[in-house]
Amino acid sequence: MRDEQLLEVIERYLNGEMNADERKVFEQFRIENAEVDQRVIEHQQFTGMLKQYGERVQLENRLNAIHQEIDVHALTEEVIIHPSWIVQLWRDHHSKISVAASIAIFAILATLFVTGKMDNNHGLEELKGEVHKLGNTTNTLSKKVDAALKNGARVLPQDKYRGTGFAITPNGMIVTAYHLIERADSVYVQNGTGVFKAKVLYSEPRHDIAILKITDTTFTGLGAIPYTFKRAEGDIAETVYTYGYPQDSPRYGRGELTSTNGLNGDTLDYEISVPINPGNSGGPLLDGKGNVIGIVKARENGLEGVNFALKSSYLLNAIQNIPADSLTKKPVLNTKNTLTGLSTVQQIKKLKNYVFMVKVY
Amino acid sequence: MNKEFKTSTPTDSEIVFGILNNSESAIKRLYVAYFPMVLQLIINNNGTADDAKDIYQEAIIVLYNKIKKGDFELNSKLKTFLYSVCRRLWLKRLSQMNRYGGDLHDFQEYSPVEDEVEDQAERNMQFSKMQSALGMLGEPCKTIIEDFYIHNRSMQDICESFGYTNADNAKTQKYKCLQRLKKLFFQQK
Repeated sequence: MRDEQLLEVIERYLNGEMNADERKVFEQFRIENAEVDQRVIEHQQFTGMLKQYGERVQLENRLNAIHQEIDVHALTEEVIIHPSWIVQLWRDHHSKISVAASIAIFAILATLFVTGKMDNNHGLEELKGEVHKLGNTTNTLSKKVDAALKNGARVLPQDKYRGTGFAITPNGMIVTAYHLIERADSVYVQNGTGVFKAKVLYSEPRHDIAILKITDTTFTGLGAIPYTFKRAEGDIAETVYTYGYPQDSPRYGRGELTSTNGLNGDTLDYEISVPINPGNSGGPLLDGKGNVIGIVKARENGLEGVNFALKSSYLLNAIQNIPADSLTKKPVLNTKNTLTGLSTVQQIKKLKNYVFMVKVY
Repeated sequence: MNKEFKTSTPTDSEIVFGILNNSESAIKRLYVAYFPMVLQLIINNNGTADDAKDIYQEAIIVLYNKIKKGDFELNSKLKTFLYSVCRRLWLKRLSQMNRYGGDLHDFQEYSPVEDEVEDQAERNMQFSKMQSALGMLGEPCKTIIEDFYIHNRSMQDICESFGYTNADNAKTQKYKCLQRLKKLFFQQK
């Protein structure tokens, strides 16, 4: 049997075109002949695939036809996830934006170059000018400071406590109230000639006495002390006065010695009727002849016109008690009173530079 | 962002029985119902509308064959099946184009469909071999083969339309054509 004929038979068999007898004969032939059986299977598979291929092409054509009817463009618009408008803007226009940015940068650089702002020397010139100006300012300032120092003026921060003190020796030993300098970091004293730094030389808390010493280098010494210190007790009804710094300006206060005993019979103090303000503490209490008879003490609260002053004998004792090692030489107290016989006005004029404002920081 | 589509979707059983009965409208309704879903998947994952068309038609064919073979279980949703196949096909396409970034923006739930996709790929390869073999066959062989084996036309019809003097000549011609086609088909790698 020729191959072509065999194929025709196989096709008839596969297509079911054989009658029952033919079919029986062929199936028998197929069983007996493995090669023919193989051909049958092969042909069946191949034509089957051809058939499937045809169906596939047909199906694809149908699908394409269906697809034609869908408005894909409109659907695309609907389903696409739109990025935020700024991303959209960038995607749509990034080339234009880039060009614009480049031009802007170029323009800025060109402008800077043309106007000479890019020239480094220019900046240096300006800096030099600044430095020069700063130098001038500094010079002016230091000149001012120098001048101020020469003039003796001192710029000090606000003090914590204020009181009064008075000189006991021409080399700058000053007596004041202990309670003023009790918690002092530093002490300055001021009279009509200037402000001087002082240190606490000696103190007797029991008697509320402190003795300061001016240590400032600008201090050149005082003249001879015009008043003397009276050891003897003063007399009741004697006219007494004080001179001190209850405020920034000195103040004169006049009264009488009302008792030789202080509060509750305290024999340390005199009771006086001189008006006293807090800043008067540590100031001198003088009698009419210009003798220091006491040191003004705190005012008694609630009692108008009743004030106290420490008796000067305790001051003299305190001066005696200054330890020798804190002194270069033993203090020599003035014994020649130059105020005696002068009017109070004249006395004040003479003693005013020996009474200091004590500033405590 | 997960847009739901308001197109009236046919029920799964409608589609399955429609396809089994070769209903033209069933395929159309199926196609129209789920194309937006797949377009959304592809468009938002580095694809174009044309990519979506290719992928979707491929998936429809997979589903069609599965239904025809009687494999499709009605308890799995058509929608999920289509989406899963498209997803799988698109992942494959993306990695072939080296455009796969390792992450797919998903819009639906999906199930594993690797077997179906692999079978389909195998069949596609056979069909493309067949297509090119037929292309190389030339006329009149191609038409004779297509008419007889695909369109089921009788030898008598073919004989007449090609003007063969007798049926035997036509049969001989058809035999030679088939032999050449087989040769061309199996030659291809």
